[in-house]
Amino acid sequence: MSTPAVAIPLADGPTKRRSRSGFRVLPGFGLTLGCTITYVSLLVLVPLSAAFVRTAELGPRKFLQVVTTPRVLASLELSFGASLLAAVINGVFGFIIAWALVRQRFPGRRLFDAIIDLPFALPTAVAGIALTALYAPNGWIGQLLAPWGIKVAYTRLGVVVALAFVSLPFIVRTLQPVLGELDREVERAAETLGASRLQTLMWVVLPSVWPALLTGIALGFSRAVGEYGSVIFIAGNIPKVTEIAPLMIMTKLEQYQYSQATAIAVVMLVSSFALMLGINGLQIWAQGRRRAR
Amino acid sequence: MRTVNRRHVLGGMAAAFGSRLIGAAHGAAPVALLNASYDPTRELYEMVNKSFTAHWLAQTGQPIEIRQSHGGSGKQARAIIDGLQADVATLATAYDINEICRQGKLIPQNWASRLPNNSAPYTSIIVFLVRRGNPKNIRDWGDLTRPGVGVITPNPKSSGGARWNYLAAWAWALRQNGGSNATAQAYVEQLYQHVPVLDSGARGATVTFVDRGIGDVLLAWENEALLAKNQLGPDKVEIVFPSISILAEPPVTVIDKVVDHRGTRAIAEAYLNFLYTRECQRLIAQNYYRPCDPATAAEFAARFPQVRLVTIDDAFGGWDKAQAAHFDDGGSFDQIYGQ
Repeated sequence: MSTPAVAIPLADGPTKRRSRSGFRVLPGFGLTLGCTITYVSLLVLVPLSAAFVRTAELGPRKFLQVVTTPRVLASLELSFGASLLAAVINGVFGFIIAWALVRQRFPGRRLFDAIIDLPFALPTAVAGIALTALYAPNGWIGQLLAPWGIKVAYTRLGVVVALAFVSLPFIVRTLQPVLGELDREVERAAETLGASRLQTLMWVVLPSVWPALLTGIALGFSRAVGEYGSVIFIAGNIPKVTEIAPLMIMTKLEQYQYSQATAIAVVMLVSSFALMLGINGLQIWAQGRRRAR
Repeated sequence: MRTVNRRHVLGGMAAAFGSRLIGAAHGAAPVALLNASYDPTRELYEMVNKSFTAHWLAQTGQPIEIRQSHGGSGKQARAIIDGLQADVATLATAYDINEICRQGKLIPQNWASRLPNNSAPYTSIIVFLVRRGNPKNIRDWGDLTRPGVGVITPNPKSSGGARWNYLAAWAWALRQNGGSNATAQAYVEQLYQHVPVLDSGARGATVTFVDRGIGDVLLAWENEALLAKNQLGPDKVEIVFPSISILAEPPVTVIDKVVDHRGTRAIAEAYLNFLYTRECQRLIAQNYYRPCDPATAAEFAARFPQVRLVTIDDAFGGWDKAQAAHFDDGGSFDQIYGQ
């Protein structure tokens, strides 16, 4: 009951003395908080608010006009739709990969584990060029798919492939530690109580990794929405068909229409933020439900 | 022990990088010039820079370094407006340099008259690059809209080269029997129905056509087409000269605000003047750009066939008018895809 004074550290004598006596719960609280606020402001808040300031030049009517042109709407739909699809696909395969890496012992496991990080490290333009070379109608994989009438490069499918590539590590890396901490005894217990493998997966494993899986999908999704470098190579960039929103922003910039570019950016920013909030809410709800049980 | 070592290495790398960052900010490096150029000039300026630095060293005894930056012409102009410290800009269209003047106020309005030939030390034209043997028998602009023909050209909103392509197509349509702005509009609309991939720059379009094997014909700068043909061999691609093309004049300028701030005006101006010397004109021709010096042009006449050419000033009343009519929002290009 006598702790509130500790929460707000002041550079006066008594507080210092008290903190030295080991009474402080968070050592260096003021310093870290200051660092956090300055750093986040400089790197994130100020640049992002510049986008809003620039957009404000347009005025509300022009803003609406810019962001509701069919081309911009189509590009936003593609960016968000393809990112969501890529994140969900990665949710499934990322889960399987993380499971294999945590639970199975197979030769080359460490190598595979390291490979998962490549999309983090590789310049995405390199990935885009490599994927395009592979999936173009004359590429290794494209050649095999062409007789089946499946086109990947220069179609919307190509966009999903590139986005799946960049977002994969987010899902695997989020799931791995959680899967690692799962208590195998619980699964065995479920087994001895007569649960089938599917039942064990659905009612024992999934509920405990569900929040992490959602976080991973959300991270992967937000990474994919902003992706530019790899997609422009594989997309074909045809307006209203394979033109992503970040490319729309670049095109506006190249036409020296700064405020129109930031207008699209603001729409992306706000939608992403709303989606992240929604996913966070879902996660809290899922966690709450788990605890309630 | 291992981790400690690794940490030392990482720390050392970070420190080295940090000191380089700071060093650059203090201008401790020897005099370096930055040339912001457009997409397909990489090879040209590599040779020009080597030649000029040797020249300058011999003349003044001062070692210099010329850095190159390449990208879509519009992107480069925007970077300069946004503060890229480029001493000279060598871009694809006069429009992009006009924007540096208008939006950035970094150069005077009369920039184009400061050097000979409207500040264009080399020119090029727009040609067709087709696959070996020209299997689709593409001879002229009219053949591009035949069924089953795939055309590769970049997005004119972002690529200077694509704007030249577009205007060349427009100029051809205008000069057909009964040609008018309406028939030209109908032609370019049809043309873009045949474009499966819209790259953002000329080099990207070349890669799409040559390396990815997409499309039957690439609309390209003559220099880019000759370079591709030379690198791939005539057994892969052929060049077709259409009945009408456009004379593309990529201009160059010193960025006054930057050179005055950095104190590099003398070198930058000497660099651009060097482009007009006989020695450099020959380098230019060797890199497949049409030299503006008549003597050099005569020497390389075999490489550059005579084609009926329109100019942007005669056919479109200059870049600013062409830009407003065709590429600005609501212009003729926007009517193809809708806004």
